[in-house]
Amino acid sequence: MPSKLVEKYFRTEHLPHIWCPGCGNGIVTRAIVKAIDNLDIDPNDCCIVSGIGCSARASGYLDFNTMHTTHGRALAFATGIKLANPDLHVIVITGDGDSSAIGGNHLIHAARRNIDITTIVYNNNTYGMTGGQYSPTTPTGDKGTTAPYGNIDLNFDLCKLTKAAGATYVSRSTIYSPNMITNQVEEGMKNKGFSFIEALTICPTYYGRKNKKGGALEMMEFLKENTINVAAYDKLPEEKRQGKYIVGEIHKSSRPEYTEEYQKIIDSFSKEG
Amino acid sequence: MTIKLMQGNEACVEGALKAGMTFFAGYPITPSTEIAELSAQKLPEIGGKFIQMEDEIAGISATIGAALTGKKAMTATSGPGFSLKQEGIGYGIITETPCVIVNVQRGGPSTGLPTSPSQGDIMQARWGTHGDHSIIALYPWSVKEIYTETIRAFNLAEKYRTPVILLMDEVIGHMREKIEIKNEVIEICDRKDPTSPPSDYEPFEIKKGEEVPEMVGFGKGYNFHVTGLVHGSTGFPSGNSEIAEEFLNRLIDKIEDNKEDIVKSKEYQIEDADIALVAFGCTARSALSAVEDLREEGIKVGLFRPLTIWPLAEREIEELSKKVKRIVVVEMNMGQYFNEVDRIACKNTKVEKYGRLNGQLIKPEEIVNFIKEGQDA
Repeated sequence: MPSKLVEKYFRTEHLPHIWCPGCGNGIVTRAIVKAIDNLDIDPNDCCIVSGIGCSARASGYLDFNTMHTTHGRALAFATGIKLANPDLHVIVITGDGDSSAIGGNHLIHAARRNIDITTIVYNNNTYGMTGGQYSPTTPTGDKGTTAPYGNIDLNFDLCKLTKAAGATYVSRSTIYSPNMITNQVEEGMKNKGFSFIEALTICPTYYGRKNKKGGALEMMEFLKENTINVAAYDKLPEEKRQGKYIVGEIHKSSRPEYTEEYQKIIDSFSKEG
Repeated sequence: MTIKLMQGNEACVEGALKAGMTFFAGYPITPSTEIAELSAQKLPEIGGKFIQMEDEIAGISATIGAALTGKKAMTATSGPGFSLKQEGIGYGIITETPCVIVNVQRGGPSTGLPTSPSQGDIMQARWGTHGDHSIIALYPWSVKEIYTETIRAFNLAEKYRTPVILLMDEVIGHMREKIEIKNEVIEICDRKDPTSPPSDYEPFEIKKGEEVPEMVGFGKGYNFHVTGLVHGSTGFPSGNSEIAEEFLNRLIDKIEDNKEDIVKSKEYQIEDADIALVAFGCTARSALSAVEDLREEGIKVGLFRPLTIWPLAEREIEELSKKVKRIVVVEMNMGQYFNEVDRIACKNTKVEKYGRLNGQLIKPEEIVNFIKEGQDA
């Protein structure tokens, strides 16, 4: 029997999902709907947009206004939706490859505009849907099917990227602490502007197996052991910071939101009239 | 009635506003930029929205997103940008999202000839996006017709729930011409509101006697799913081959079965003609001038001008091929439309092409000479 939360917000007739055993995507997805439930947002007023990849399939399972778009473009479609109808709460569900490789340009410009969209990246460090190729967040040295000798790229810190690009809420969490994801999605949705939440998740099937990271349990343990809260991180000496992922609220600021600024232009005409 | 001197690109925006456009997303590119500039100026005045996106793909993606909330939306581009828009055009087709894509053509391939005219995107308009599909593409020949065909593009997009491409020539986009805007009532089509309550609503269900699903916007209480994957009436992805076949054929049939409604063409002095010129856009203007010149010399020439480039005016071309001894397709490419005309007409008459690639307009006297040389042979 599905839980009350699943019953209320999922299209249960389309379950079970397509994700592999041990995949962390279900945890992130549940954490998102928990945030929506906590905020008491009417699903009719909420639009969930996704791109392409494993994470992107989440939109189809959720009983909201949902849109499964093209690879990398979820934020571009979502920008059209939000600007056309600012009354909608717009959430983008995307993956590491979807958001920061093919969709990297849309990500930085959505952040720059500070458009009121809450973006949750399911970061599993790999292209899972296509079978485990290295992504922009695959750590340097790790393997993928297209990096058989180890990845020589520097992996992206997506939180630093979006903060620099102008996002007004930036945070990171992991599937080891789903409540943290929920809290961050709530904060993101409350923020009137572009909110970016990086949810570190796991892909035991491809990334895990290719890099001998063990099964789902071991990978969860890894997330627990190698993440550190932002406040604690700041107190650590430099040598102990190596290899640690910061979690928690990384950035929060306030500046004008795009659709509100546009509305001011529209209003200026009605005043003149 | 108002008489104005108007640029083609400006007429496109005026037509779009008349048709009900309230959203435009685009990216600057010559020679279409005035369409974005004027949309940026005029849309907020009427409570509409304009956004300059970070690239061409984002432009069409935002356009489709806005259309799915219930807005009439448009994007505009040229050559290289049209190549990038193909991803979104395919998504618009499979999700049955009404929108208008303007391509003010320029010479290609690649960056090509940015400010020179070309008619080289005939086939890209037809087959630019991957996969089997049908498409509606319109091709006006004057500033006035840009106005009326932009309205028709919006109407067809709404009526058939599909992206509609408006192909324009650089020289007409940038030309200023007299345009009379009459105060007559122009027919405006809107998408069909759902007749079912949210609990029974299927976003891609075909109601009895209909070919196009009803459409509701996001945020209206219907909570439906849209995907670029093949889907059945519910909108959810399906790998079932029967559903795939029925769905994909329906997307083609809703256009191909309605050619009588969609295909528009005009004939000039075809009635007694021995020779027919076939041309569209700016080239048709030269061709019509050539018809008049040749008639003065006693050569009975007429002009067939498709305003709807896609779907192909097959019936009209076939009828034409039975009337004349010779068809000459004149176009600023090396035979993209010619191949289509030849395919239909070759069994009945001789079909020739007169093409051009160098960014220079085809002049009437060139067509006159080509016709006369062919007559001697």
